[in-house]
Amino acid sequence: MTVSRESSFGPLDDVSGDAGYTEHPERVGFFTDTSVCIGCKACEVACKEWNLLPDDGFDLLGMSFDNTGELSANSWRHVAFIEQPAPERRTDEATAVDLGLPSFDLPGAGTGEESRTDFRWLMSSDVCKHCTHAGCLDVCPTGALFRTEFGTVVVQDDICNGCGYCVSGCPYGVIDRREDDGRAWKCTMCYDRLGDGLEPACAKACPTDSIQFGPLDELRERARERVATLHDRGITEARLYGEDPNDGVGGDGAFFLLLDEPEVYGLPPDPVVPTRDAGSMWARAGVAAAAFAATAVSVFFGRSRR
Amino acid sequence: MSRSLGRMSADAAQQRTIPAAASDAAPASAEGDFRSYYGRRVLKEPVWEWLVPAYLFTGGLSAACAELAAGADLTRRPRLRKATRLGALGGLGASTYLLIADLGRPERFHHMLRVAKPSSPMSVGTWLLVAYGPGVGAAAVAELLPSRLRRTWLGKLLGALARPAGLASAALAPGVASYTAVLLSHTAVPAWNEARDRLPFVFAGSAAAAGGGFGMVCAPVDEAEPARKLAAVGAVTELVTSRQLDERLGIVSEAYRTGTAHRLRQWSEYLTAGGALGSLLAGRSRAAGVVSGLALLAGSALQRFGIFEAGVESTRDPKYVVVPQRRRVDRGEQA
Repeated sequence: MTVSRESSFGPLDDVSGDAGYTEHPERVGFFTDTSVCIGCKACEVACKEWNLLPDDGFDLLGMSFDNTGELSANSWRHVAFIEQPAPERRTDEATAVDLGLPSFDLPGAGTGEESRTDFRWLMSSDVCKHCTHAGCLDVCPTGALFRTEFGTVVVQDDICNGCGYCVSGCPYGVIDRREDDGRAWKCTMCYDRLGDGLEPACAKACPTDSIQFGPLDELRERARERVATLHDRGITEARLYGEDPNDGVGGDGAFFLLLDEPEVYGLPPDPVVPTRDAGSMWARAGVAAAAFAATAVSVFFGRSRR
Repeated sequence: MSRSLGRMSADAAQQRTIPAAASDAAPASAEGDFRSYYGRRVLKEPVWEWLVPAYLFTGGLSAACAELAAGADLTRRPRLRKATRLGALGGLGASTYLLIADLGRPERFHHMLRVAKPSSPMSVGTWLLVAYGPGVGAAAVAELLPSRLRRTWLGKLLGALARPAGLASAALAPGVASYTAVLLSHTAVPAWNEARDRLPFVFAGSAAAAGGGFGMVCAPVDEAEPARKLAAVGAVTELVTSRQLDERLGIVSEAYRTGTAHRLRQWSEYLTAGGALGSLLAGRSRAAGVVSGLALLAGSALQRFGIFEAGVESTRDPKYVVVPQRRRVDRGEQA
């Protein structure tokens, strides 16, 4: 498939090539499998540590175990905690996993199933989506935001002048301006680590491999298999979010396996990059400008009372 | 007691959280038919403050003044020409200040000039203003030149340049007046993005009303007729297209119809309608012209602040993001 450099919507096979790289590594990304997230927040901590991010204030938000609230200029990973009623589910004993916790019974005597309730806890580590068509990148007027050779989207802090356009351009509400600093900040997918062949800090720290890092094509394949496995086990609500190259942003570089609707996790159900409509918006503005000019000329014609 | 520790803690969690789960699972579902994460916003609020809507107004004012100035120059209306040339420069100067002051790093404003990026309306606008500015400046300086300097070679040069400079800026002024609509619509902010088909007409109308109003305030009645006409056409355009924002944008129209945005735009409507009537009826009364002109200027400014506020509100409440998108997904529509 050949894609023009002006492409601003739809599937895109070679996102770095489209940005002008002739030779570049494979596009990489995150696959965040929320079905195995245990809410430990090691990703949040590792991200803060590696990227030297300031704190966001120590607030108790009263939202389950979530005291981060949302992604921000200072929080580039955010673990969401959702407590919700869930239908009781019976599984085969064989599929229940023994965690080997200390107990008064013989280890493994119970399967865990008998303690299951009609309640469930969803946990999900959110992050910048590194969109194929990134709203933030498209609107940045200084070139501070750029597409890396890895297909990710990064802000150059020595260029950003804090115009704030990217903040409103992002259809996921990810990027934000840092109050005391005036510049925009977001996840870089650890651009510095990628350059050295290391995986991003959050993925490195994740103890359950809920956050998986790798070539995007490989992750998409793995994610589809994981969904099929979960569906076989009766977890029919498992679905992928952001993996489809035909979606409103051309597919995310960081996509998710969710167990409920995206909006339950604070994610937009069907985000669209504003650039999709750039052509029609400029066309309408052109019509308005022409009408404005025609009016301005015509008011000087006609009878004059001078 | 023969329970594993794991199970004990699970039981404890169950007791504590089931009542909470029942009420928190879909916190917003009581208010509407959508779900959200603890009722929190999905998008970030625009970081822009009052400076940006103020710029929308001053930019529009400057553009309409530049149009009137060029016309007044060609039709020999010297006092209207002088007033609007100065108005165009004043509006541009204010715009420049507002745009730079709104940056998180104002000392880096010139980073805007390191790229020209068609995909960014802000970049397009920056270069539009760079092209528009010098003509406005030269025409205005020519008006301000003291008479003793007019006979020097510099004065003569400026005098000769004033007309082409004014015409050049007038050629770009329609772009300056309407690109700001794309600036707002080219975002994920629901109230601005959904209004993308109508906003250019609201903004162009609002700019014409403001520039016409300025001419009515600053130029004597016998020269201000074009200003009155421009004001009337602009005001009517603004009134008609602005109403469409209230009604034709689905759920997003609510952001325009409620709260601060509604109050600002209500006042804008009164003032603009009143000013438009005044511009048609004022006739040869200077006082009526001045009052009408001031009403139009205020109406135009309030319109910009109202639209800005509607956008901010549409990012605060998750329903403006979730409801239309969920509907699209449920209908199986492709983005």
